[in-house]
Amino acid sequence: MKQVTAVVKPFKLDDVKAALEVLGIQGLTVGEVQGFGRQKGHTEVYRGAEYTVDLVPKVRIDVLVNDGDADKVVDAIVEAARTGKIGDGKVWVTPVDTLVRVRTGERGPDAV
Amino acid sequence: MDGYYAWMIVATALVLMMTVPALALFYGGMTRSKSVLNMMMMSFAAFAVVGIVFVLWGWSEGWGGNGVGNGNGALIANPLSMFGMHGVSPGNYIYVLFQLTFAAITAALISGAIADRVRMSAWIVFVVAWVTLVYFPIAHNIWGGGWWYSHFPNLDYAGGTVVHINAGVAGGVLALIIGKRVGWPRELMRPHNLTLTMIGAGLLWFGWYGFNVGSMVFSASTTKAWGGFSAQFQGEMGTTFLNTTVATMCAMLGWLAVERMLHGKATSLGAASGVVAGLVAITPSCGAVNTLGAIVVGVVAGMVCAVAVSFKYKIGLDDSLDVVGVHLVGGILGALMIGLVGTTSSPQGVDGFFPAGTNGLFYGGDLALLGHQAMGVLFTLVWSGGITAVLGLAIKYTIGWRVTRDDEMSGIDSAEHGETAYDWGGLTGGGHGLGATATVSSPSSAPAAESIESVTA
Repeated sequence: MKQVTAVVKPFKLDDVKAALEVLGIQGLTVGEVQGFGRQKGHTEVYRGAEYTVDLVPKVRIDVLVNDGDADKVVDAIVEAARTGKIGDGKVWVTPVDTLVRVRTGERGPDAV
Repeated sequence: MDGYYAWMIVATALVLMMTVPALALFYGGMTRSKSVLNMMMMSFAAFAVVGIVFVLWGWSEGWGGNGVGNGNGALIANPLSMFGMHGVSPGNYIYVLFQLTFAAITAALISGAIADRVRMSAWIVFVVAWVTLVYFPIAHNIWGGGWWYSHFPNLDYAGGTVVHINAGVAGGVLALIIGKRVGWPRELMRPHNLTLTMIGAGLLWFGWYGFNVGSMVFSASTTKAWGGFSAQFQGEMGTTFLNTTVATMCAMLGWLAVERMLHGKATSLGAASGVVAGLVAITPSCGAVNTLGAIVVGVVAGMVCAVAVSFKYKIGLDDSLDVVGVHLVGGILGALMIGLVGTTSSPQGVDGFFPAGTNGLFYGGDLALLGHQAMGVLFTLVWSGGITAVLGLAIKYTIGWRVTRDDEMSGIDSAEHGETAYDWGGLTGGGHGLGATATVSSPSSAPAAESIESVTA
């Protein structure tokens, strides 16, 4: 089992969700997060005072998948979330040791 | 005359609206989210406190003498002769209330310079002492026929000097005495809600018509005959109404133009600030200039104030919401520009209120008018600056000004008022999730506890 994590631009969430639904993904978790990458935020000016806003709002999406589906899911997210402009975010995959569905107690791949 | 009284009731209510809620919104939007309630409460509290002081001894101290606007040439009028409205005819209460709203907003304006960090109790003590020792004497000397006006008459139609220079210098002095907010200017302290600020600026503009257009004084000659009264009423109000409108528009555009040139973007905060800068500058001059003069006043005020607000960073003064950069600078510009573009063909000129009897420099006059205006500015700077410094230091070394460092960091709203303005995040909002399990202690009675349970269940 794998966990696919994506940190992308907030307005791309709907596109990513649609792309994952096409793949038959049954569930995902979304959170509003802030951060910066090479982009290093942006500046705003208030009454002549310049502020560097270095933490930019992003959406973090977590999806649990079977081993064989991870690459497809990664490709779908990257495809859906890309604008080609700076700040598009990142997608990464981590192995998952244990997975339990709370309602039924199913374990492992059955719980995906 | 009946129409005039009806208008003055409306004008008074409009000026009241400038403090609560217009100024509270304008300032509140510019503070951080953790201190917006405290900022708004400083305006609300100032209004209530000054209002009570005003009817007890403020009117007597500022406008003392035998009747309305009848000065006695003294530096300070007797605060006790009309204590609690003693001897004031109810027919004159409308003038008392109109002036009350001016005193209240002047005190409230100061709060922007010391946002986010001052104990409410210290603020209330200060406001009572400040209006007593600074506002009423200055109003008496500039407007009420006091000593200064009888020696150096100057034009201040609706309070550019009495209100804005006065509050501006007091705010700057207090910011210096009370000190910077923790983390300023290194930390991000950007405005938390500019929509509030835009609403506040718009309401200030609306209310300012009461402030400026309501501030007409009838000359002795026109009050004798209905025809003269009617002519002054209509002509003068038309002029002040138009000048207030035109100057404000020009100042907004002037501020935005400077921003666009210096920083690349024209901002909403710039538009709101330009509106206020223009209103401040046209306040003393709306009865003394013509339409072209109002345009000049507005453009100059908007552009100069847009540059002036950056000065605090150079000198390290945490005048948090730019009371100095907008109200002091705008007020001085408005007062002095009468010496340049003031014209005796304006309402105040026609009615013989021009102190030197001459035009401004651009209309063929000499330096006399400018000199008189400068003396009014100087008097206010020295009186307000000096006494505010004494009051500020006295409070600093007795009851103390500031909340604790921890309270300031975690949020003055919570520390001073036990409230927060916004219910952030889904976890504690709307009765869902973790918020629903929070312990609710009933104020006193059992039925209240039951109703709370039924909501959270």
